[in-house]
Amino acid sequence: MMATAVRRRASPLLLTGVVIVALTLIPLGHIVVATVAMGPGELGPLLWRPRVGELLGNTLKLLVATVLITTAIGVGAAVLVSRTDLIGRGWWHALLSAPLAVPAFVNSYGWVSLTSEVQSYAGAVLVVSLSYYPLVYLPVVAGLATLEAAPEEVARSLGRSRVSAFLSAALPRLLPAVLGGALLVGLHVLAEFGALQLLAYPTFTTAIYGQYLSAFSSDAGTVLSGVLVLLCVLLLLGELIARGRRRLVRVGRGTGRRPEPLELGRWTPVALLALVGLVALALGVPLYALAHWMVVGSSTEFPVSELTSALFSTLGLAAVGAALTVLMAMPLAWLVVRRRSAASTLLERSAYIANALPGIVVALALITISIRVVPALYQTVPVLLVAYAILFLPRALVSVRSSLEHAPVVLDEVARSLGESSWRTFRRVTLPLVSPGIGAGAALVFLAISTELTATLLLSPIGTDTLATKFWANSSSVKYGAAAPYALLLILAALPATVMLARQARPREGAR
Amino acid sequence: MLALARPLRTVAVAAAAALALPLLAACGDDANSVVVYNAQHEELIVEVAEAFTAKTGIKVELRNAKDLDLANTILAEGKSSPADVFLTENSPAMALVENAGLFATLDPAVLERIPANFRPTSGAWTGFAARSTVLVYNTNEVAEADLPSSILDLADPKWRGKVSFSPTGADFQAIVAGVLALKGEAATRDWLAGLKANGTQYDGNNVVLRSVNNGDTATGIIYHYYWYRDQEEAGENSDNTALHFFGDADPGAFISTSGAGILANGKHRENAAKFLDFLTSAEGQQIIADSYALEYTLNPEAPLGRKVKPLAELMPPEVAISDLDSATVVELMQEANIL
Repeated sequence: MMATAVRRRASPLLLTGVVIVALTLIPLGHIVVATVAMGPGELGPLLWRPRVGELLGNTLKLLVATVLITTAIGVGAAVLVSRTDLIGRGWWHALLSAPLAVPAFVNSYGWVSLTSEVQSYAGAVLVVSLSYYPLVYLPVVAGLATLEAAPEEVARSLGRSRVSAFLSAALPRLLPAVLGGALLVGLHVLAEFGALQLLAYPTFTTAIYGQYLSAFSSDAGTVLSGVLVLLCVLLLLGELIARGRRRLVRVGRGTGRRPEPLELGRWTPVALLALVGLVALALGVPLYALAHWMVVGSSTEFPVSELTSALFSTLGLAAVGAALTVLMAMPLAWLVVRRRSAASTLLERSAYIANALPGIVVALALITISIRVVPALYQTVPVLLVAYAILFLPRALVSVRSSLEHAPVVLDEVARSLGESSWRTFRRVTLPLVSPGIGAGAALVFLAISTELTATLLLSPIGTDTLATKFWANSSSVKYGAAAPYALLLILAALPATVMLARQARPREGAR
Repeated sequence: MLALARPLRTVAVAAAAALALPLLAACGDDANSVVVYNAQHEELIVEVAEAFTAKTGIKVELRNAKDLDLANTILAEGKSSPADVFLTENSPAMALVENAGLFATLDPAVLERIPANFRPTSGAWTGFAARSTVLVYNTNEVAEADLPSSILDLADPKWRGKVSFSPTGADFQAIVAGVLALKGEAATRDWLAGLKANGTQYDGNNVVLRSVNNGDTATGIIYHYYWYRDQEEAGENSDNTALHFFGDADPGAFISTSGAGILANGKHRENAAKFLDFLTSAEGQQIIADSYALEYTLNPEAPLGRKVKPLAELMPPEVAISDLDSATVVELMQEANIL
């Protein structure tokens, strides 16, 4: 009796969860259905053509090089900042995290506007690596902050040198952080549109956009999307396999002692030079370009009304999008934390699949579907908001879920036992407890939307310009000066999230 | 508790405000206006629209996007489309809307102002501006004597690594459509394959111009006005370059037509007719001629002038404007692995 009552109460929630996840799976479902519907006769020639091979080669070449370089830079910089006696390590941490506040397409704009030399494979590798190395750097810094001294000391007591002890006892424990960061870089590279378009380096994302501009929603575009999604999924699987079944556990109680910092000694100048060089390239170049175009650019103008209208539509879209995304994340988080079952776990996992969906794929799928199935919605704000929700639901879900995990269910039960209705319990007990998580999730999504370019470019209703699309219109037609004010606002929009992430992953002081 | 719930409430209030904005904006709709779906350069049409409003008191509501975006939006919206007027940069998008039967036939008095080769025989729409295909070349890299006599020559192996173009979007497609209409499928296929082998692809004619000016590529296929505009500004991206007009009825002398049409289901048909009348009149055309745009005007009463090579001297090939087939063009470009 009791059990059926509970199940009956849970099922509308489960249904809501299913609907939400179904919504996020629309783009993926569309690609699969459309590809299958094409049949081998049509699919074959669109898939087995040299262009696809060329794009695949380009994309993989870029992917491998940037993942390796960002990993090397990210891990190297993290070790320098966290584990050595380098001077000014707090400052270095801030400077090394800061490139995250410069969207990759703004960074490319900086480089391309100064020299067309970067419009090449090497240039693309350089600029993209400089934009994305913080995605490895930050998790590794966070990982290093949790390491304690004991394993390395054991290694040393067995005769290893300082460096060898670090490599054999500490590095393996950083593997999850490194792999996680490398995976993020890989997914970003696969999804990157604006930066690569400016760098004139064709990959799947830029080719899909070309298809859209030339043939609108075509089968060829869908096929390219399908291959791109496949690459993303393979990358996710690759990371899962590389992570393997290895377990990293700590035995023992109490607070672990911090490892002693490595003394750089005569290597100090080399390390400092490397960091100065890195910051100059990753942060100095785009900021210099921006300042240059703000001051001397011939097309620089301050169309105040256009700037403010773009700013307001950006803020409006980001606010509504963040609210919608968080609203969608809440039932899912609730299901996973409070109504754990095979079904709810499956729902949550499915929602994370969207993490692997590039903006261009989501946008193209929504265009095709809306124009064929619900033409009334084509070119409207709701479709754009749905795209944002699909793209950023995983970010909101992570925050809401973790705050809900920290809200003890026993408090709800107490409230219920004191006679509160379930709705009032939710409103008066649970909601206040999880609202910081909701706020953080909403903030992350808000910031992500405010610098989103690809999906906005394709889906924003006619006449709606955001900072990103205005920036794009100018920079892609070589009006570097006119693009500068928008670039500045975009950096300001990305700054709060960067500060938040950099603070979460602060290097801890070593034992001295 | 109140303090904790604050982030949530802030989001909710912001969301409500943002949702209310479009509603407020929609209240501004009134009878004395005309809705223009505009794919032409925004700055240009804003100038025309402001003069139109000053003269007639009719408010112009502009919705700006690209040729294919807007054409497909109109098709999706069908009979309930709010569009009264549709303006494009190139004609294939006009053909798309015409073939869907959504245009109203234009007033013969308007049509007569524009030479017959810049409008379809159906009278469903008309050209109002035009742009010529040109080859821009870096004067340090290529001598005038070595310039190709036909755009088809650029497929020749001797131009390997020496040509750039911007294949995405309606501009280049219109040029390919011209080649296709003049030389047929087989020749177009060969030409595209040669271009793919020889050329560097960029996104946008401005980027092509800059790359030629920097010497990254020796020549580039663009429309004429990109070069003239840059020259009028400061020559920052064109001072090391010159223009080569193919002329001689070569496919490379193809002129692409910017079209204007009235939607049959528009709510402001009379105002739309007035707008087209103004756009094609000597007065409206003079605004285009005097603007920064440097595109050719089509009403002979208001020629472009300036320092641009006159329309009458271009010697374009004869292409029936309604023969431009964008579906086949895209197919051929895909086959050539350009798209």
